[in-house]
Amino acid sequence: MKPPAAASMTLRVVAPVVVAVILLTLWQVAVTWYEVPAYLVPSPARIAQTLWLDRGLLLDSLGVTAGIALTALAIAVLAGVSISLLFAQSRWIEASFFPYAILLQVTPIVAIAPLLIIWVQDTRVALILCAVVVAIFPIISNTTLGLRSVDPGLADLFRMSGATRLQTMIRLRIPSALPYFFAGLRIASGLALIGAVVAEFVAGTGGQGAGLAYQILMAGIQLNVPRLFAALVLITLAGVVLYLGVSALANLALARWHESEMQRED
Amino acid sequence: MSAGDAPVVAIAGAAKTYTGGMRALEPVNLEVSGGEFVTLLGPSGCGKTTLLRMVAGLLAPSAGTIRWWGASTVPAAESAHRLAMVFQAPTLMPWARVGANVRLPLDLAGVARADADRAVAAALAGVGLADAGSRYPRELSGGMQMRVSIARALATAPTLLLMDEPFAALDEFTRHRLDADLAALWHARALTVLFVTHSIQEAVFLSTRVVVMAARPGRVLADIPIPAPHPRTPEFRGTAQFAALCAALSAMVAQASTASPP
Repeated sequence: MKPPAAASMTLRVVAPVVVAVILLTLWQVAVTWYEVPAYLVPSPARIAQTLWLDRGLLLDSLGVTAGIALTALAIAVLAGVSISLLFAQSRWIEASFFPYAILLQVTPIVAIAPLLIIWVQDTRVALILCAVVVAIFPIISNTTLGLRSVDPGLADLFRMSGATRLQTMIRLRIPSALPYFFAGLRIASGLALIGAVVAEFVAGTGGQGAGLAYQILMAGIQLNVPRLFAALVLITLAGVVLYLGVSALANLALARWHESEMQRED
Repeated sequence: MSAGDAPVVAIAGAAKTYTGGMRALEPVNLEVSGGEFVTLLGPSGCGKTTLLRMVAGLLAPSAGTIRWWGASTVPAAESAHRLAMVFQAPTLMPWARVGANVRLPLDLAGVARADADRAVAAALAGVGLADAGSRYPRELSGGMQMRVSIARALATAPTLLLMDEPFAALDEFTRHRLDADLAALWHARALTVLFVTHSIQEAVFLSTRVVVMAARPGRVLADIPIPAPHPRTPEFRGTAQFAALCAALSAMVAQASTASPP
């Protein structure tokens, strides 16, 4: 019998890596065997080679895109949590404004990105705003739900103990909301990246501050498919790293007490 | 028992009708004096939890009055008279260690750190969990969590302890042990307790007085003293007196459930 920690490491790391190796090998073999031209489907080896050769260009672009996504995520968290705390003050505020928060969710970003880019002088700021609009809704909706999801017995206890609104908020409602907030943050982290990429596509900004989306756009026009794939790989990797970072944060905050982050031995 | 003083709780004609006309509780008259252990016994829907929540100040009666130590409002957390409540579930904060959970009502009342530390340690020792302060609630069994919940209530040194079917979710063995410990605590600390249960044996074992209630509509049927001596130990459960008292209450509860319309 392996200790449970080692068994779960095997499950969570080794198993997906084995799947990746098998799939990449199949891909490589198939492309070589059928002599598929690189401008249609490049082989994994070719993509890796392009990643290395174009590393200066691609890493700069990765930095731009990741910077936009991270800034947007930070703003979405600050603004989203603030809005949720405001909603938590009264059912009236929540009922009056929540429908407008839903607007953010249902408005397609490609439809409003051109507007934002026209309205906001600084393109980078416009891109960040687009990503914020995409990422903020899960934070608002989950945190608002969490602030409301308080154990009724504990709410009674706080009332009987003469707790003030502020004490109840800090000691009861905010801790109760944490698991919900982190569930929202996981979704928002992916959406911030998607928002950044989509907004870059719409803006089509090149030159100094060109992000990965611009590299994909250009590579597509030039039929430089290996570079297109390389940029795609970097975006995917950035998304995975962002997700893992958020998961680690959630684990840090919740592992001691919440079911969602507990290690089970069974 | 504190004769001469105002009763701890005096309920005069208190009734509860919810919006929509559902009559949860017909007018109730009940007094609890200092040092008593009064149990509200009855089936589901008899309004015993409603009555307890009204005494806790969590629910306003729709008619009648409740007075606490002669006053018409629940005493504030920092006054000489204090209410504490133990709920059906342990209702602990899962994110806080046991010690912090027990300390919560003291923190909220603004008790000084050193005093609170002493009170928490004493309360945990009082329920047999002196070493559990740094553990998380989920690491404890259901019975131990309930003990923590009782320690949290005792930490404020309440002058009236309200308990809402606190052991209903526990297995029989754990429940009997906690009943015995509660009886000992009540005796040792001269507590005043208002207890809610639907278990006849538990009511007889713990109480100085049992208030029998019936359902639909919720109402009080009888107020029966339990004359057995204190302190009560588990051996009390084996006595003829215990059996006779349980039988008498059973007959009364059975009669109540046939007398009331379904």
